[in-house]
Amino acid sequence: GAKGDQGAPCGSEGTAGGSGCAPGNRDRRRGNGLRLAPAQLFLFHPPQQFTLCLLSAVFPWFGLDIGGTLVKLVYFEPKDITAEEEEEEVENLKSIRKYLTSNVAYGSTGIRDVHLELRELTLCGRKGNLHFIRFPTHDMPAFIQMGSEKHFSSLHTTLCATGGGAYKFEQDFRTMGDLELCKLDELDCLVKGVLYIDSVGFNGRSECYYFENPTDAERCQKLPFNLENPYPLLLVNIGSGVSILAVYSKDNYKRVTGTSLGGGTFFGLCCLLTGCSTFEEALEMASHGDSTKVDKLVRDIYGGDYERFGLPGWAVASSFGNMMSKEKRDSVSKEDLARATLITITNNIGSIARMCALNENINRVVFVGNFLRINTISMRLLAYALDYWSKGQLKALFLEHEVKFLFKICLMAKYKS
Amino acid sequence: KMLCHFSPSGAAGSTPVKIPAGAGGSLTKLAYYSTVQHKVARVRSFDHSGKDIDNEPLYEISVQEEITARLHFIKFENTYIETCLDFIKDHLVNTETKVIKATGGGAYKFKDLIEKKLGLKVDKEDVMTCLIKGCNFVLRNIPHEVFAYQKDSDTEFRFQTNHPNIFPYLLVNIGSGVSIVKVESEDKFEWIGGSSIGGGTFWGLGALLTKTKKFDELLQLASKGQHTNVDMLVKDVYGGACQTLGLSGNLIASSFGKSTTADKEFSKEDMAKSLLHMISNDIGQLACLHAKLHNLDKIYFGGFFIRGHPVTMRTITYSINFFSKGEVQALFLRHEGYLGAIGAFLKGAEQDNPNQYSWGENYAGSSGLMSTSPDVSPLQRTRSGTFDMLEMDRLERPLVNLPLLKDPSTYIPDTVDLTDDAMARKYWLTCFEEALDGVAKRAAASQPDSVDAQERAEKFRQKYWNKLQTLRQQPFAYGTLTVRSLLDTREHCLNEFSFPDPYSKVKQKENGIALKCFQSVIESLDSLGWEERQFALVKGLLAGNVFDWGAKAVSDQWLERLKGPPHKCALIFADNSGIDIILGVFPFVRELLSRGTEVILACNSGPALNDVTYSESLIVTERIAAMDPVIHSALRDEKLLLVQTGSSSPCLDLSVAAVVAERQTDLVVIEGMGRAIHTNYYAVLRCESLKLAVIKNSWLADRLGGKIFSVIFKYEVPCK
Repeated sequence: GAKGDQGAPCGSEGTAGGSGCAPGNRDRRRGNGLRLAPAQLFLFHPPQQFTLCLLSAVFPWFGLDIGGTLVKLVYFEPKDITAEEEEEEVENLKSIRKYLTSNVAYGSTGIRDVHLELRELTLCGRKGNLHFIRFPTHDMPAFIQMGSEKHFSSLHTTLCATGGGAYKFEQDFRTMGDLELCKLDELDCLVKGVLYIDSVGFNGRSECYYFENPTDAERCQKLPFNLENPYPLLLVNIGSGVSILAVYSKDNYKRVTGTSLGGGTFFGLCCLLTGCSTFEEALEMASHGDSTKVDKLVRDIYGGDYERFGLPGWAVASSFGNMMSKEKRDSVSKEDLARATLITITNNIGSIARMCALNENINRVVFVGNFLRINTISMRLLAYALDYWSKGQLKALFLEHEVKFLFKICLMAKYKS
Repeated sequence: KMLCHFSPSGAAGSTPVKIPAGAGGSLTKLAYYSTVQHKVARVRSFDHSGKDIDNEPLYEISVQEEITARLHFIKFENTYIETCLDFIKDHLVNTETKVIKATGGGAYKFKDLIEKKLGLKVDKEDVMTCLIKGCNFVLRNIPHEVFAYQKDSDTEFRFQTNHPNIFPYLLVNIGSGVSIVKVESEDKFEWIGGSSIGGGTFWGLGALLTKTKKFDELLQLASKGQHTNVDMLVKDVYGGACQTLGLSGNLIASSFGKSTTADKEFSKEDMAKSLLHMISNDIGQLACLHAKLHNLDKIYFGGFFIRGHPVTMRTITYSINFFSKGEVQALFLRHEGYLGAIGAFLKGAEQDNPNQYSWGENYAGSSGLMSTSPDVSPLQRTRSGTFDMLEMDRLERPLVNLPLLKDPSTYIPDTVDLTDDAMARKYWLTCFEEALDGVAKRAAASQPDSVDAQERAEKFRQKYWNKLQTLRQQPFAYGTLTVRSLLDTREHCLNEFSFPDPYSKVKQKENGIALKCFQSVIESLDSLGWEERQFALVKGLLAGNVFDWGAKAVSDQWLERLKGPPHKCALIFADNSGIDIILGVFPFVRELLSRGTEVILACNSGPALNDVTYSESLIVTERIAAMDPVIHSALRDEKLLLVQTGSSSPCLDLSVAAVVAERQTDLVVIEGMGRAIHTNYYAVLRCESLKLAVIKNSWLADRLGGKIFSVIFKYEVPCK
C-alpha cells in the first residue's frame, strides 16, 4: 500500500521533498460530515524531538492506510478514560472499542497483530494502547459498508487515511459511509513515521535494528541500532510495489525511484506457481523450500566462482534459470518455487536499493513495509546482500513495526488548524 | 557460451583453418574461419615485343583460383552439440596443435565431450573478454551495425552512423542472467554489475506459468497479451493517476499484483506479457542506474533475450527511455548474437595481428535481421533461430576514415536512405529486379567456355531475387538499405557463384579501343586554347556521354580556380574502364601534372561492374606511359601514384578507404554515378572537391530536379 505501490516504471526522480509531498490535507475541509473539533496535532520540533499536542480529542482515534493489497488500520485504545468520559461515551463507540480490543480476528480476513501492539503509549496527552489491524484491500467495500451500518459517521470523528486507496475509495466513503476522509501525504507520513517510531521506541526496546555479521550465518545476530542521527538515509518501502526515498532531513526528501517488483509480485507469483492463497502461506512455503534447485547459480554455469568478474559460485546467475529445462521443472516442489520467488524479489530490491544508495551517496538503507512482516528470510538476505556487494560499505536497517502502521500514528494526530 | 578456436598450423603454404565454436545457454554458436577458394579474374600484360600489337588484345585475362579468408558464424540449438562437434571434426584441416580454446559456461559443461570427441585438449578463454572483443570489432568494422528501435515508426530500426570513437560504452548482456560491463578502451573493461533477473527468468518462469516450453513461443504469447489483467497499475491503487508524485495511472505499481488470488484464472498471454514487462523494466532500470553512476549515455544491449526480438527491443527501449527521462538511448547491434564467437576468433588469431586486416560483411552469405511482421515471423523466426548466418570476408589491409573528410562522425556516404524512403525503395528494388535477367545473362555470357555457367547464372539470379524479396519485406535486414548496398549485394552474389568479373572481356575490349585513340585525343586537346581545353577535359571526364552544359556556371568557378596556383596534390577516384579512364581521366590527369599538381589515382581493389580495377589501371597506365612522356616521367618521378581503394563496390564509402591521403592532398575528384551521386553527393571534405557524373536514370534525375543525362558537376570549396 501507500507509497510502496509505486513501482516501475515510475521515473527515477521522485518528487522533490516539499512540493509533491505537500501534506494531503487540502481536501480536508470539504464536505459536511467532518468536524474540525476533534483534530489532533503532532508538532515536530527539531531535532528529532516529537511533542505530541492534543488540542481536543474525541475518540475514536483511527488511522487507515489503504494499500494495493492490504488495508492497515491503527486504533488507539485510551486506557486513561475517566469515569466522566466513560459516562459520556456513546454506545456506538463503546461497542467499537470492545469489538476491536477483544478480538484478534475480524470476519474472515481481518487480523489484529497482537505482537505489534504498542502498550502504554502517550499520544497527544492520552495514555493508551495502539492496536494494529489489517485486512485485504479487496474487502474495503465491506469495511465501508460496516462503517455505514454501525453509523460511524455519527461519532463525528475524522478518519485519517493515506495510501493510494485514500484516493480510490474517497468517493465510496463519502456516498456509502457518509464519511469524509482526511487524506494525508504518504511520503510525508512515511518519513515522519519512521522518525517518530524510533523516538518512542517499541515497548521499551529499540525500534530500529540491524544484523551484525550478516554474511556469517552462525555469528549473525539482530542488534539494536541507534537512529539518533538518521540523515541522510535511504528509505525503501516495500509494499505491493517498492518506493525508494532519499531522506536528507525531515523536510528534505525525495522519491528517487520505485520498482513494480515488490511484495505484490512475490505474493502474486506464488499464487500462480503454488496455488497458495495467503501471504503467510506463501512465506511459510518459502521457508521450507530450496531456491538453488530453481535458480541457476554462478557455479552451475562456471563450475565454481567466476573469477574474471569476482563473482562467487553461490551467487544467483539466473533467477528461475534452471526452469528452462523440463526435467528440472518436473523435479522442483512448490516450496522451492516459493523460496526462489522470495529470493528473486528480495535480491532485486537489494540491488536497486544499493544502486540508488551509490547514486545518492548514502550509506544507510532503512527497509520498511509490509513485505518484511514476519519475513526474516528477506531481511537477513537484504542485510547480507547489501553488506556483501558493497564490501561492507552499506548497512541495512530495519524497524520493528511496518512503516505502513507507522504512518497512521502520524495520520491520527496530524492536523493543523 | 563456449567458444573454441584451433590454433593455425604453422606449416608454410598450408591452409590454416580456425574453428571457434560457441555454445550459449540455449543456442550453440559455431564460428569458423575458413579459407575460401573462389575464382578471380586476373589481368596480365603481354610481352608485346615483336608482336602485332594492333591485332592482339591489350592484356591477358585469366580466371584463377584465389584463396581468401572468410569468417563464418552459424548458430543452432544446444541439443545439437554433438552434430556441431562432428562438423568441426570433419572440417579440421592441418591442425598440428591439438589444443582447442574454449570459453564460457558451455566450455565447462562440454569440456569432456569435446576432448573425447575431437581428441583435443580444451583450453578455456574468458567469455566476457571475447564478448567485448567481438563488440569492439563489429562497432569498428561493420557499417550500420548499431541501431535504435523505434516504436510505431515506418522504419522500426534507426541505424546509426559509425562513430570513429566507440568508447566508452556500457554493454548490457541479457543472457540467462544480466551482465553490465563498462568498456573504456580496446582492452580495458570492467564488470560493474549484473542481475539474476534476465532471459532465463523470462524463459524459466514463463515456462512454469504458461506451460509453454520455447522461448520464442513465450515471446509470441507475450506479444498477444494484456499485462493490465495481471499487473496492479497505479490507477488500480489510486483510482487514477497519482498526482502528488506525477505518476500516470497506467504505470505498473506492482507486477503480478492482481494475481494475488487463488480463485482466478489468468490467460497465458497476459501472464507472459506481464512477465516480459517486469523483466524488461527491471533491466532497463538497473542499466540506467549504472549508466548514471558512471556517467555514460551509450548502452548497447545484447544476449539471447534481445537477439532479433522486436518485442524485447521495444520493451527495453521503452524502459530505458522512461527511467533515463530520454537522456540515454538503448542501442542494439545487428550482429550481437555473434559477438562472443567473433571475439573468440580474434583471441585465437591474436598472433596474426587482426588489426592489419579489415573485414566486410558478405551480404550473399549473411541472413540479415529478422522481420518484425507477425505474418512472416513464425516461420522465419524458427528458421533463423537455427540457420542464422553471418559471413565476413577478410580484406588484406586495414580500412580507415579518409582523413580528408571534414567530419568523419557525421559522414554518411549514401545519398538516399531507402529504408526511410518507401517510394524510393520501391523504385530501386523494381529497378534491380528488372535488370536482373540481363545481369544473369551477361554473367553467363562472360564465361562461354564454362559448361555450368548457365546453371550458375540461374542460381545467382535466384539468390539475388530472393535477397530483393527479403529486402522488400525487411528493408532493414542488412542495415540501412541504399543503392550502394543493393549493388554490393549483387556483386557478392555474383562472386558466390563464381562470376568474379562478368565485365572483364568488355573492359578488355574497351580499354584496347580507347588506348588506340589516346594519342589523337591528346593531340586534339593540345591544339585547343587553354580555356577551351579545360572545358574539353571536364567534358572528357564525363566520359563523352550526352552532354548538356547546364552546369556551366559552376564550371566557370572551376575555371577561375585553374587560373590560380596549381593544386599540390589531387586524389582521383576513377570510375569506368575504357573511354572513361583512358580518354577522360588520363588527359585530365595529364593536364594536372603539367600544372605541377601531383596525382594519386585510386581504383577499386576488386571488380565491380565495368569499373576499372587497380590491376587493370596498372596495365593501362603502363601503356599510356609508353605513348606519353608527361605520364611517363610522372610515373618515374612518383608524381603520379596508383593506389587501390580497398573496395569492390561500384560505390564509395570514404569512411572505410584503404587510401591514406599523403602528400598534402588539396583536391579530391570523384566521378561516376555510383561514387558521386548514389554516394558522396552530400559528402563534405576538408579540401576542394569535384564531383562529376552523368545521371543515367530518369527517376533519379527527377529526384535531383534535373533531366536524364544531365550533368552533375559539383565544384566545392570548403568554408574557411
